[in-house]
Amino acid sequence: MPELSVNGIAIDDTFAEAFGMRATAIVITGPNRKWARQAAITMSGFATSVIACGCEAAIDVELPESETPDGRPGCRVMLFAVSTDELQKQLLNRVGQCVLTSPGSACFAGLKGSADLKLGFALRYFGDGWQISKKLGGRHFWRIPVMDGEFLCEATTGLTKEAVGGGNFFVMAETSGNALAAAEAAVAAIQDVPGAIVPFPGGIARSGSKIGGKYKGMVASANEAYAPTLRGAVASALGPNINSVLEIVIDGETNDAVAAAMKAGIKAVTDLGPERGAVRIGAGNYGGKLGKFIYSLKDMLP
Amino acid sequence: MTAMTFTLIANPPERIDLSPLTPEKLAGISRRDIEKIRLGTSRRASTVADIFRVSGDDVENIVFDGGSDRFDRVAAQLTGGSLRVAGNVGAQAGRNIRGGRLVVEGGAGPHAGSGMRGGRLEIMGDAGDRLGGPLAGELAGMNGGVLIVRGRAGAFAGDRMRRGIIAVLGGSGDHAGSRMIAGSLVIAGGTGAMPGYLMRRGSIFLDRAPENLSPSFVECGAPESAFAALFDRYLVTEGILGLPLLGNAPRKYSGDNAVLGMGEVLFPRSPGN
Repeated sequence: MPELSVNGIAIDDTFAEAFGMRATAIVITGPNRKWARQAAITMSGFATSVIACGCEAAIDVELPESETPDGRPGCRVMLFAVSTDELQKQLLNRVGQCVLTSPGSACFAGLKGSADLKLGFALRYFGDGWQISKKLGGRHFWRIPVMDGEFLCEATTGLTKEAVGGGNFFVMAETSGNALAAAEAAVAAIQDVPGAIVPFPGGIARSGSKIGGKYKGMVASANEAYAPTLRGAVASALGPNINSVLEIVIDGETNDAVAAAMKAGIKAVTDLGPERGAVRIGAGNYGGKLGKFIYSLKDMLP
Repeated sequence: MTAMTFTLIANPPERIDLSPLTPEKLAGISRRDIEKIRLGTSRRASTVADIFRVSGDDVENIVFDGGSDRFDRVAAQLTGGSLRVAGNVGAQAGRNIRGGRLVVEGGAGPHAGSGMRGGRLEIMGDAGDRLGGPLAGELAGMNGGVLIVRGRAGAFAGDRMRRGIIAVLGGSGDHAGSRMIAGSLVIAGGTGAMPGYLMRRGSIFLDRAPENLSPSFVECGAPESAFAALFDRYLVTEGILGLPLLGNAPRKYSGDNAVLGMGEVLFPRSPGN
């Protein structure tokens, strides 16, 4: 039984286990906030998990006009993948199909990294010979003619190999409404942490998984220990008062960003308290032998 | 360390070639040997000591205290460090600069910034003809870097330009951006006849509608342009201009269709045009 508790919420004596990933970031701007967000949301759609989406992506932060290269409202979008090649492929496919196509958009590098990934450098060929190259102050841009004017796209963006994917914690509550309230509070807090994203729908995963399964070819399957309907049938991790478990999965530009996001999220959950939110916080791991990064919950408390 | 200063004693009796006086070429040379460097280009063969009084010891930071229209090839082949001329310079100032910084507080003669490849050249006064342009027989003019003229530039500014940015803030003579291959040429304050004459690619950015554009340029709309906003911000943050030049939806003419026709002339939309 858990011994630690904060504000009446039990904290499991366990840890989250996370993995090294490749990540990049871009800044998308638009004629107004709505369309900057629209392009960013579209390109980070179907990007919840590398298990089947190729990458994990989401808006990191929204940027005011004063912080974007062209003085328009913008969003910083981060993408995470397991290899540089896959990250490059996902970046070009997503920017090419979702940002290039979005009205009034422009796309810039959002990260200075150890190496470059192609951005406008590859997308320029859409210009079919009418593309224009411009170098300003050490940065290289491509202007690609489109039907509402020009798509402005920086030639490259940065790649980091320091990124971490799979930081997580579970919020466990007596009702699904309370679990959702706690998880939403955590996501709202994490969205203010720079360099960290929560790629699942609205930042929340309800189908936390274990590796493999009894059926051939399943990479991941039900995490029965945390499924309340199996509480009596399996070796459950849930006590009699838990009826809903939601997972917050965090990808970060660095180890520190993931830790900061976990702290911010857990603080939001404990601040909400057990009456309206979670009664217990846990985390997912694989015994600590697979992942390079370990985040003990007791180190993440407010 | 104080800036190495060459104080002009009297106007030179002949045209002098100042290309030997750059940080790279003066590094490790004693004051006495510097004073023996020949600058004169005629039989008079003036040396540094004949024309300047030398003081200071920081060769990365060179100052010419006093200038002359006879100062040719100031900072030619510069690769790093900074030079400042408190006065005018002659022909080919900043010729083939690859890095570093040259500031001319007065005016410059023809071919200023000719063949630049990097670095920054700023001329506070006027510049002569063929700003950044190639010498006879060369295929391309300016090939990189930033060249700013706060005053007026003569004819053929940016001739055969291939890369980099030229900004002329006090207007230019005829045929600005002639034969441009690529690159960016900014002219505020009006242009003479036929800007972009025979340009192939590249961009000419104006602060007003051109009065004498060649008929071989064609009107190409005025959609909203993130690039124009980006470029305006670049000009302001680099201290080249105090206010945005193009606005968010500049008008565009493309040309010169007498040749390849992939160049552009952009200028802000105003109530009259």
